[in-house]
Parts: sequence; C-alpha cells; structure tokens
Amino acid sequence: MMEKLRQIALWFDDRLHIKKLFESTAGHHVPKSSGSWFYVFGSGTVLCLMIQLITGTCLAFVYVPSADEAYSTLEYLTYVQPFGWYLRAIHYWGSNFMVGIMMIHMAQVFLFGAYKYPRELTWISGVLLLFTTLGLAFTGQVMRFDQDAYWGLGIGTAIMGRVPFIGGELVTLMLDGPIIAGETLSRFFTLHVFILPGTVLAIVALHLRLVLTKGINEYPKPGVVVKKETYQQEYDAIIKKEGVPFVPGAISKDMFFSAFVILAILFCAAMFGPSGPTGVPDPTYIKTAPQPDFFFLWIYSVAALLPPYTETVVLLGGPLVAAIVLFALPFISGTGEKSARKRPIAVLVVVVSFLTLSLLTWYGIHSPWSPRMAAWTTDPTPAEFLKGRTPLELQGALVLQYKQCRNCHSLDGIGGQRGPDLSRVATKLTKDQLIRQVLQGGGNMPAYGKNLSPTEVDALVSFLLTLHPANELPARDSATPATPPQRAGL
Amino acid sequence: MKPNPETPVSPPCACANGTSRRNFLFKVGVGINVVAGALLATPLIGYVFASFIRKPAAQWITLGPLTKFPAGTTRLATYRNPNTRPWDGKTGDLPCWVRSMEGEKFQVFAINCAHLGCPVRWFEQSRLFMCPCHGGVYYEDGARASGPPPRGLYEYNHKIENGELLVQGGFIPTLARPLSTT
Repeated sequence: MMEKLRQIALWFDDRLHIKKLFESTAGHHVPKSSGSWFYVFGSGTVLCLMIQLITGTCLAFVYVPSADEAYSTLEYLTYVQPFGWYLRAIHYWGSNFMVGIMMIHMAQVFLFGAYKYPRELTWISGVLLLFTTLGLAFTGQVMRFDQDAYWGLGIGTAIMGRVPFIGGELVTLMLDGPIIAGETLSRFFTLHVFILPGTVLAIVALHLRLVLTKGINEYPKPGVVVKKETYQQEYDAIIKKEGVPFVPGAISKDMFFSAFVILAILFCAAMFGPSGPTGVPDPTYIKTAPQPDFFFLWIYSVAALLPPYTETVVLLGGPLVAAIVLFALPFISGTGEKSARKRPIAVLVVVVSFLTLSLLTWYGIHSPWSPRMAAWTTDPTPAEFLKGRTPLELQGALVLQYKQCRNCHSLDGIGGQRGPDLSRVATKLTKDQLIRQVLQGGGNMPAYGKNLSPTEVDALVSFLLTLHPANELPARDSATPATPPQRAGL
Repeated sequence: MKPNPETPVSPPCACANGTSRRNFLFKVGVGINVVAGALLATPLIGYVFASFIRKPAAQWITLGPLTKFPAGTTRLATYRNPNTRPWDGKTGDLPCWVRSMEGEKFQVFAINCAHLGCPVRWFEQSRLFMCPCHGGVYYEDGARASGPPPRGLYEYNHKIENGELLVQGGFIPTLARPLSTT
C-alpha cells in the first residue's frame, strides 16, 4: 500500500518537479537566527490577505454593487443570510488586522535594517503593498455603502478637488461622473474586487520572489556593518554555516503566530461583530456625522487640527513626501549598521511615528473639534450655575442654551468641546471683553452681532459674568483698581 | 535561454541588406501587434474614461413653487439629479439649502461644507450653518463665520420661472469646480 502511494507520488514528481519546487521555495535555506519571534509579521500579513480573499469572495456571492440595492443586500447579509454577519465581521476585522500587522512588519523591517543593501527592491515592493492595502481599506469602506461611505466619498471628493489644475478632472475620474451615484459604487467595486487584489497578489509575488533571490535578513548584530563589497559573501557564509530550510527549520513561530492571528480575528468578529451599515446612503438625510474607518481616523484628525491655510499643502503634499521618503530610504541609508541598538534615530523615528499616529487616532475617536449638534437640546444647564441668579441672568442662561452656544461650549464639562468650557469664563474675560467676543466673534467663534438682539446680549453677558467660583474673583480691567475688600480676599 | 552547443549557430545572413527573413518576420510581427494593441486599447480607454467624453451640461431643475419658501426662512430642498441612472436609488436625490429673503430674493447653497464636503446643518435660532465634521460655521448668507473652511458655502445659480425656483445643479461642488463663480 505505502509502496503504491510512493509510486504515485513519484509519478507526479516526475512530471511536476514538486521536490525541486519545494527546495527552491518553502524549503530554501534561511539563517537560523531569522527563526525569531520578530520575523513572524510578514507571514501574518499574507495570512490576513488570504482570509480577506476568501471571505471577500464569499461576500460577493450575495452582495450587489448597485447604489440602489447595495444597502439592502448588506442588511440581508447581516440579518438573514446564515453566517452572513460573521463573514462580514471577519472581513472587517481581517482588514483591521491586516493593516495593523503590516505596520508592525514595516516597523520591524525598518528597525532590523532589512531594507538595506541588497534588499532595496524588497522594501520598495513592500511600500507599494502598503499603499495598495490602504487603497483596499478605503475602497472596502465604500463597499459598505451606507451614510459613512457616502460622506467618506464626499470627503475624498473634496480633497481631490483641492489638487491644483487637474482637481476637477480627478473628481470626475474618481466618481465616474459629476456626483456620487451608481457608477461611483461600480467603480469602487471594480477597484476593490478586481484591480487592487490583483495588484496586491502580483506585488506579493514579486516581494516573495525577492525574499528568495536576496534571502531573508539575518538577525542583526550590533557592530556588524553592511558593505556593498562584502555583504553577499558574508550572507552566503552565514547560510552555509548555520542555514536551515525555512520549512521545517524556521517556520514554527510563523505557524504559532498565524494560528493566533486567525483566532484573534475570529474572536473579534464574534465579540464585536461587523461594522455598520450605519444608515441608508441618502444624501438628503443630513443629520449624520460621518467618520472614517479606524485606519483613516488620523487623517480626519490632521484635517481638523491643521491651521486652515496649510491644509491643502499638507493633505496633498504630505502623502507625496511620505511616499518619496519611503521609496528613497534604502538608497539614502543602504549600508552601515543594521542593529537598532546602534541606530537611535531610527528607533526615535518609529517611536515618534507610532505615538503621533496613536494620538491622532485617539483624537479622531473623540473628535473634540466637532460641534455636538444636539447639545443645545440634550445637555441641561447644571443646576449650580442657576442657583441664586437674577431673572436677567436666568434669561441669559436660556439665551446660551437656545442659541446653540452649548454645541461648542460646555458647562462643567457637559456640551461641545469645540470652544472653551465656560464654567469659569468670568475669571478670564471682563464684561466689555465678553460683549465684544459675543458680538464680533473671533478666535474660531462666529460673530453673533446680527443674530442677537441687544437685550439678548445684555442677558447673556450678565449670565456669563456670574460664571466664576465663589472663592475666585471675576476678571477686571487693568485700569480699574482693585477695591480693598478684594485685596483682603487675596 | 542558453544556446545549445550541439546545434550549430545559424550562419549569418547572406542577403544583401543584412536582414534575414526571420528578422523581418519578427519586426512585422511586432508591428502588427502594436496596431492590434492600439485598436484594442482605444475603445477600452474611451470606455473607462467615458465620464470625460459625455460631459453632462448643467441643467435647470425646479425646487418647487416659491410658496414652499416663505420669506425669512432657510429650508432644505431636494431635487433629483438630472443625470441620474436608473440604479442610482436614493443617491440620485440631492439636497440644498434655500434661503428666502424679502422681495422674492433667494440664495441656494450646496449642502457640502467647503472644507471637506460634509453636510452642513442650519440652525434657525442662531442663524448659522454648522458642519458636524470639523466644526466649520457659516452665517445665514453663506459667508464663512469660523472654523477650517477656506471660503463660504458653495452657491447654486438660480432663477425664478412661472412661480417656481430653479437651480443649475447636478454637480458636487469642490474648490476646483464651485457651482457658480459668484
């Protein structure tokens, strides 16, 4: 029996050269030191890609990429189709994990100097994979054709429209027409399902081909310097001395990590479920506050925090500069030390980038710059701000509420955070300053001069003047001398 | 491919002009394929970039009778995109803000914030438009009040005909292509 099976296997091998194929690919020799826990993120990313391809194909069995029907098929997928919600959730969490693990892979490759000579092209193809994957993430967000997707496209349109000279043409090209509509969704569907996955697979093939031709990076040792003249001999010597076949010599940790990633994705999918859909993509329903998906939240934050006059330059130039820097990196520092222990600036770059992205993402989740559109009707005025106030002051509290001031200003931490909290405003501004600020605005506040009657301003300012702690004096003009009782109070 | 040492290298061509028949055939083959490729590519490019070929002209669309917009109010109006496709569904309905003033004077604003295109909302009490995304604020006449927008709200060209308010629409306004130049 065994002999018979062996005969069959040999028959196939004779025709397909499976053994040779194995030896030159999965069984190729790698430095023993590369069988490290730090080297598991590349295979982890490929695994996520596989999960995305499988679940994505399955979702396409049901999903209809039509502006009219997409939303109802999403609802059908989520609530009716057996396991539909789970597949949607796996696809959603798979994309989060793919972007995340890919970023870690990139940071590891950077910190371990693996982009240096002779692996420049491996790095460059990796950067291309980063951009295509982010493209997949953005187009995927559009597939979930709900309000966020619609207005996400609107934001993309507005950014494109800022490109000098050809902005209008780019908008037409992106939307396939003058507005976001049926053809826009078809266009993004084609990108998400055919063009970008095909591109990713092609670049992954190149990426892996380069891993085979140029070898996997040896675990860097501090003090060992890459020189173009000698590196290849040194690497060959390492392979000869302590090379092991990748399968089975160095793959165990990748397998552990892969299993962990699958379980983590399944866990997140089961626990947190799919994302959205948040609401019918009806542009006439305007009570919506669109937010991008997780990986683009930091861009959303950048767009809010930048001074307006720098926005166009940074939004358009930023990605361009980032791309140039990433592509040029292996040619700027293609030789020298690989170990992170000897490259403090490299470590600093990673730490600062990570902190910046995390902080911006955190800000994006909380988005304190967004006015809270319903605060004026939902957030009550805390009672302690109303106790013992005169009728005029109480009238002012009503003005503050009714004129939507609370959408941007909070009282005792309740309300919008776009503008400053007003709980202690009387300690900072005098009566004249308050009147001026209300009437003329400024410092990111609209002028209310035309929209408030003089009596309303009078009431509002007298209420605002009561907003100071009992043990803290209100602000006074420098020309007004402090009165003796105030002095005694200090 | 390495030349097989056992087969003799074909002798240099004896033709007077120095090109062999094989060489000639190769060149013709390349030429024919270039022509065929161009014939294939032209319709493909025309198809994919069709949105540039069939440029829809701005059309006048009615927002309804003037009585829908009493003087002194700012109201949301919707219209069906004139270039809509049968499968557009709800996305073919576009909203806009109509500000009606004394003496049948109107201003019609696009819904899109001039900053990054989010839908702005009108607040009657404070007479302001506010954007939920990054906090852009506009006055009732569409002028920028505060926040990151680089300009005021985009304004539609409009006219009154037979007691109806008409706008020139069907575009998403951007900084590159604001709705009207005024």
